[in-house]
Amino acid sequence: MAVFKVFRGDASGGKEMDYEVPSVPGQVVLDALHYIQANQAPDLAVRWNCKAAKCGSCSAEINGKPGLMCKTRVDAFGDEDIHVHPMKTFPLMKDLVTDVSWNYKVNKKIQPFTYAEDEPTPFVIQQEDIDRVIEFRKCIECFMCQDVCHVLREHDEGKDEYFGPRFMIRIAGLEMHPKDIADRIPQVKGEAGIGYCNITKCCTEVCPEHIHITDNGIIPLKERIADRYFDPIRAVFRKLGAKRERVPAKE
Amino acid sequence: MAAIEEQFETHEFDVIVIGAGGAGLRAAIASAQAGMRTAVICKSLLGKAHTVMAEGGVAASLGNVDSDDGWKTHFSDTMKGGKGINNWRMAEIFAKEAGDRVLELERWGAVFDRTPAGLINQRPFGAHTYRRLCHIGDRTGLEIIRSLQDKGIHSGIDVFMEYTMTRLLKDEQGRVCGAFGYRREDGRFVVFKARAVVMATGGWGKMFKVTSNSWESTGDGLCMAFEAGAELLDLEFVQFHPTGMIWPPGARGILVTEAVRGEGGRLKNSEGRRFMEDYDPDRMELSSRDVVARSIYKEVEAGRGSEHGGAYLDITHRGSDYIKKKLPSMHEQFLKLADVDITKGPMEVGPTIHYVMGGIKVDPETAAASIPGLFAAGEVAGGLHGANRLGGNSLSDILVFGRRAGEGAAAYARERGEVAALDESVIEDEKAVLLKPFENFEAGMTENPFVYMAELQAILGDHNGISRTEEGLQEGLRKLLELKNRVNDLGVPESRMFNPGWHACRDQVFMTRIAEAMFRAGIERKESRGSHWRLDFLDLDADWGKHNLVATLVDGEVRLEKRRAMEMPAELAALIDDKPAVSQAALQATRQ
Repeated sequence: MAVFKVFRGDASGGKEMDYEVPSVPGQVVLDALHYIQANQAPDLAVRWNCKAAKCGSCSAEINGKPGLMCKTRVDAFGDEDIHVHPMKTFPLMKDLVTDVSWNYKVNKKIQPFTYAEDEPTPFVIQQEDIDRVIEFRKCIECFMCQDVCHVLREHDEGKDEYFGPRFMIRIAGLEMHPKDIADRIPQVKGEAGIGYCNITKCCTEVCPEHIHITDNGIIPLKERIADRYFDPIRAVFRKLGAKRERVPAKE
Repeated sequence: MAAIEEQFETHEFDVIVIGAGGAGLRAAIASAQAGMRTAVICKSLLGKAHTVMAEGGVAASLGNVDSDDGWKTHFSDTMKGGKGINNWRMAEIFAKEAGDRVLELERWGAVFDRTPAGLINQRPFGAHTYRRLCHIGDRTGLEIIRSLQDKGIHSGIDVFMEYTMTRLLKDEQGRVCGAFGYRREDGRFVVFKARAVVMATGGWGKMFKVTSNSWESTGDGLCMAFEAGAELLDLEFVQFHPTGMIWPPGARGILVTEAVRGEGGRLKNSEGRRFMEDYDPDRMELSSRDVVARSIYKEVEAGRGSEHGGAYLDITHRGSDYIKKKLPSMHEQFLKLADVDITKGPMEVGPTIHYVMGGIKVDPETAAASIPGLFAAGEVAGGLHGANRLGGNSLSDILVFGRRAGEGAAAYARERGEVAALDESVIEDEKAVLLKPFENFEAGMTENPFVYMAELQAILGDHNGISRTEEGLQEGLRKLLELKNRVNDLGVPESRMFNPGWHACRDQVFMTRIAEAMFRAGIERKESRGSHWRLDFLDLDADWGKHNLVATLVDGEVRLEKRRAMEMPAELAALIDDKPAVSQAALQATRQ
């Protein structure tokens, strides 16, 4: 038997409710919540889909730490009670379900993959030229990096100022794609607000896909901004070596 | 009539697509590109659909690794895998167009692993003659859905997330003209009026206890089409993926990608023997899924199963670095969920429900269903895969027929005039069905939907499983009909705010109806073919090989018709040989 203290409530308020759940070998937190739904509280709101840590639906804060409920083993907590709460950074809908629609609005502001009209297709790309990008594309959009980001979590206005780590990774994946010709650096510096990130690496710590969000994504983007806007020598070189403008392909 | 439109949230589009997996998104992009006002309606958040669970790759005969590959071989492999009862025209279109759809996806930003020449890399899979699966590690489905999602949101599509549709609406001429359902967040009813509807709701594997499918795979789309009068095809064919996790209990059923075998994984029994030697020595672990699943089942029955009743799957011989590069999510999955490091020891695996071959009967060219205004693509559509689907073919299926369904629906919508006022009585009826569990609860009827579902899953698992007999199927049908008596008693306390118990009540109605059709179809097909393994009719039957089973719902009763398949043109038939389809290069890898 394990005791689960699950947050129940909605935007108007709520509290932890206790549920006893029989222990099963290898049980994950999501299994326990399903047990609670089936036996004690059919109206317990939980988002989940694949139950295999591949879709990023079941993010929650478990004993204060963001985690995928389908991947968090109950036996990892020993005899401790297990507190399950919704992600704090997003408006609560009900119980463990939050309104993450802000993320989808942000995503839409990012220019999608764009290749040049004169680029031969099918693309010829070497593996080593996409290895970096592959890391970023592992993202399952669980939004736990957004949840722990200080800028988004602790300041109400944060979401107006900064796109958050998830979308730095999205942009990094596009910017570093060998065939992409769009320029998102002004956006990264401007409305995407990368300057707000002070590299505490909390996002990297919670990433279930082990993406090195800060080291491999955010810092290189910050360097590109520094190169372009704050390094006069590089600016001269860039002008001398400027490539001709390429025309985006229409799809 | 106007009253309804004031009462409910109402939307109007040219084309609505129900379901936002790969098929739905590809259909929506095609429809939007054809100039239609298009909406995608999905039960979950965008990008979470079952497509993310497709791991190993997307099959397309690009010939980047094996230059002899081409559409003809892919066609032949697909027909052989499906044991000849696939819709040959669908298989032909599919094999010819799969390559273009994959390359198009790459131009939309999808990233695939590369060959030394810098082209899309292709890995071997079971029952494919050549190395054919374009992939990125073992998370190809995620790459595909993310690419379609990003393309889609910039194509002018409106997305309605966490909306559940429960009833198709038809006009006086019998044409589908929209759908009715509710918003999951607050339970508010919602009506979508549309000139054409694309059904892309995936499968119904959640009807089984041991499954790789999520809560979404409850067959609502199939059942809505069925109830609206559409013909369904081949419901007896359900695919067991040979390799699901079997231990620990909470992880039971979770998919272990076929890419493990594609990359050289060896299946062994408790005696350490590579038992596929005894069942399919020409193809070994790279045989088709129906054969491998049955072989594991037979080993367990013979007392040679693994500790927890499955088989051992060992990839350690490929070395730690290679495994982590090619199978990173499998490595993580076993480490986290089962405390097993697959670079050091074997996995324990057993069959798990994975896919349904049957579905809505569609026209191969336009993906139109048998009732006007309705189109279908992806797992919810039937015909392409026959009696058994090859691994990797579903990801190319959703791209090829997703596009065709979107274009088909757009063309139909353009021809069709404005949608007339909606039929109020159907909406009132559906509203009553949806609200019944609350009324029941008030009246003291408290049949728990989760308990009901567990019983339904047990009946399907016990009697419509990997091995079937007339007796077992009849027994299952009897139990199911008994259970069905309780479906009207489901009751939950009233709250329409994000209430999974309430949502589950409607699912049980859908699943019960589909289960009945599946049992009846399984009883009817008295032969063994592909995934349909009848212990009382062990062989292929030549006559059945020329027929499909078509199901329709007439006055609430399931009707089955044994319908003769269209004759395959001689030039296509000539492409299909008797050789066992397997990649020789991949067989080598298992021996390394």
